[in-house]
Amino acid sequence: MASPLAPTSSARRGRRYRWGLKITPYTYVAPFFVLFGAFGLYPLAYTAWLSLHDVQLVELNALSWTGLGNYDDLLTSPRFWKATLNTISIGVISAVPQLLMALGLAHLLNYRLRGALMWRVASLVPYATSAGAAALFFQFAFSRDFGLVNWALHSLGLGPVDWEGGTLSSQLAVSAIVIWRWTGYNALLFLAAIQAIPQERYEAAALDGASRRQQLLYVTIPGIRPTIVFTIVISTIGSIQLFGEPLIFGGGSQAVQGGADGQYQTLGLLLYQTGWANGNAGRASALAWLMFLLIILIALTQAVVARRARRR
Amino acid sequence: MNPGGALRVTTTVASALALAVATTSCDSSDGPASGRVTIRISTFSNMGFNTSGLFEEYERLHPGITIEEDNAADEATYWQALQPKLSSGQGLGDIVSVEVGRIRTIAGSKAGMFADLSQAPGVRADSFYPWKWDQAEAEDGRVLGLGTDIGPMAVCYRKDLFRQAGLPTQRDAVGDLWAAGWERYVDVGERFQKQTEDKSLRFMDTGNGLYNAMIFGQTTSYYDSSGKLVHDSNPGVRRAYDLAARANASGMTARLQQFQTNWRKSFSAAKFATVVCPSWMLGQISQAAGPGGEGQWDIARAPAPANWGGSFLTVPENSEVRGEAEKLAAWLTDPAQQAKTFADASAGNFPSSRTAAAGPSVAGTRSRYFSDAPVGRIFGAAAKDMPTLNIGPDQGLITNAISSGLTRVEQQGMNPDESWRQSLGEVESAIGKD
Repeated sequence: MASPLAPTSSARRGRRYRWGLKITPYTYVAPFFVLFGAFGLYPLAYTAWLSLHDVQLVELNALSWTGLGNYDDLLTSPRFWKATLNTISIGVISAVPQLLMALGLAHLLNYRLRGALMWRVASLVPYATSAGAAALFFQFAFSRDFGLVNWALHSLGLGPVDWEGGTLSSQLAVSAIVIWRWTGYNALLFLAAIQAIPQERYEAAALDGASRRQQLLYVTIPGIRPTIVFTIVISTIGSIQLFGEPLIFGGGSQAVQGGADGQYQTLGLLLYQTGWANGNAGRASALAWLMFLLIILIALTQAVVARRARRR
Repeated sequence: MNPGGALRVTTTVASALALAVATTSCDSSDGPASGRVTIRISTFSNMGFNTSGLFEEYERLHPGITIEEDNAADEATYWQALQPKLSSGQGLGDIVSVEVGRIRTIAGSKAGMFADLSQAPGVRADSFYPWKWDQAEAEDGRVLGLGTDIGPMAVCYRKDLFRQAGLPTQRDAVGDLWAAGWERYVDVGERFQKQTEDKSLRFMDTGNGLYNAMIFGQTTSYYDSSGKLVHDSNPGVRRAYDLAARANASGMTARLQQFQTNWRKSFSAAKFATVVCPSWMLGQISQAAGPGGEGQWDIARAPAPANWGGSFLTVPENSEVRGEAEKLAAWLTDPAQQAKTFADASAGNFPSSRTAAAGPSVAGTRSRYFSDAPVGRIFGAAAKDMPTLNIGPDQGLITNAISSGLTRVEQQGMNPDESWRQSLGEVESAIGKD
C-alpha cells in the first residue's frame, strides 16, 4: 500500500521544491528590503505624515491636522529663504573649487611619483579624520581673537577678520572646512577612473607632443566624464544636506542657529534647529521633505543637462 | 529532489529575522530581580553629585544599590535627546534632571508622566526656597521636581583692571558703584572705557549676561501670572533688552559669546574686567582663568537679586525602581547633601534649600580663588530676596532668540530696534504652536 502514498508525498515534495525554488531568491534579498523598509521607506512615509500635522517632539502622538500649513509657514518665513540661499552659496563656493582641485590632484597622483602611496594616503586623511578632532582644529584656526588664520593675516599686515560674525567670511570658513574634508575623497574617485583609461592614449598623446595640461584636457577629462557627473551629483546632494561642517564651525550649543543672524545657517542646520532645539516635529518634517524635493529637482536637472551634453 | 531547499529558506528567513531583531532590541536592564537595585540617573554638565562623591556615599550607606549616571556635556544636547523619550515615555531612566527653563514642560503637558515628590520619604517642603518649590508644581498641586541648585547672581570683577582704571577695588565699594540699579553698572562701564590706560581692555564680556540678570530678576518677564505670553508687550523685557543693547553697541563689551571656546580663553588673557556671574559660573571662571587669575578676581553684589538657571530632579512614574529612585532624589536634594555639593568648588552649585544656605557650612564659605570673597554670604543674600518669576514652557527658546538679537547688535552692528523686531519674528516662528 505504499504506491498510493508515494505519489502524493513526492507531489507534495515537488510542490515544496518548486515553491522553495521561487521563494529562495527573494529571501536572499529580503534582508535588504526589510531593512530598507524599516529604516528607509517607513521614516520617509512617517515624515510625510508628520509634515501635514501640527506636532511637537515631546508629544508625537498628539497630531492635529494642518494640511499644507507647515509648508506654507516655511515658504513664507525669512529664515527658510535665508538658509536656502546660504546652502546654495556655500554649496557653490565649496563644491566648485573642491572638484577642480580634486581633478588636478588626481591627475598629478596618476603620474609616477616618488612615494605615490604616501601621497594617496595623505589625500584621504582629512576624510578619515573624525569630526570631533576637526572641530577642535577649525575652531582654533578661525577663532577671532586667538586664531591661526588671523595670526597669519596679521603677519601679512592685514587686520583681524571676525570669521564667525560676517556673512561672506563665515561662509568662506565653512566652505574651507568642506573643501579640506572632501577634496581628497573626490580625488581618489577621479584617480580610480583615470587608471581605467588605457595607458596607450597617454603615450600616443605624448608622442604627438601633448603637454601634461593638454593630456588632462583632451585625454583625462573625456575619459572620466561619467565619474565627473557622478561626483557632481554626489557633492550637490552633500551640499544640500550640509550640516556637520557649519555645526563644527559654530561650536557650542548655539551653533544650530548658524550664527546670531543665521549668516551661515544651512537647511540642514535649520532642520535640526526646528526639530530638535525648538521641538517642532511637524515643521521639521515638512522641511525635510522640501529638501528631498529640492534634491530630486536638482538631480533631474543634472540628468537632463548630462544627457544633452552627451548627445552633442 | 532537493531536500535542502526548504531548509535553506528557513535559515535565510531566520537570519533575516535575527538581523532585524538584533537591530531593534537593545534593552537589557538590571531589575530588582537580580538582588541588586540599579538606579539610573541622567544629568547634564556638572551637577556636582559625582564630583562631590555623593553617589559613592549613597552606595556605601545603602548596600545593594548601584547608581548609574548618564551625563551629557551640555543642557541643549541633553534636552534634544530627552524630548523623544518624553514623547514615548520610554527609556527615561529612574531619575531625570531638568533645567529650570524646561521644568514647565515637565510640570505642564508631561505632568502625568512624573511622580509626586512632595510625599517622598524625607522631603520637607519648608527646607526649600518657596519660589523654587513652586516652580515644579503641576496644576493639580503635585510637585514633580525637587530643586538641586539655584543660580543667584553677583558681579565678578578683576581688581587689577579696576585699579588701573582708577575705580575702587574693595568689594563693598565696588558693589556701591551700581547699588542704584543695572543702569549704573553700564554707566560704570562707560567710565571704565574712558579711564582705562590700556585701550584694548573691555569692561564686560558681553551684554547678554546683563540681560539675563535683568530678566531673571523680575516677577514677570515672558509670561504673566496666568501663563499668557507677554514677552513682546512687557516693558520689563524691553528695558532689559535696551540696556544690554546699549552696552553691546557701545564698545564696552569684548564681543564674546558666553560658554564658547573664545569666551573661556579670554579669561586667561584678562581682556575684560567684569562678568555678571551666577554662582555656578565661579567654577567655570576659575578653571578658565587658571592659577594666574587666583587672587585677581573678586565678587561684588549685584544691584538687584536675580536667579539664572538651576535644576530639578524628577522621577518618572514608570520607573521600575520608583520607590528607591524617590528616596535617592530626596537624599540628593536634602540640605546636608546640598551643602556638600556647594563645598565642591568645581561645581559651586548654590543650594536651592534655604536651610542649607543658612547653615554655617554654606553661609560661612569663602572662596580662596576669588580673593577670599564670602561667597556663601553674597549669594545667600541674593537668594533670600529673590522675586518669584513666572516661568513658562518656552522660557529657554525666547531667551535664545532675544540673546541672538543682542549678539547681532554686538557683533554685526545691527540697529537695536531692527534686531529686536527680528528676534520677535524668530520667537514667533520658533514657538509656532497655535
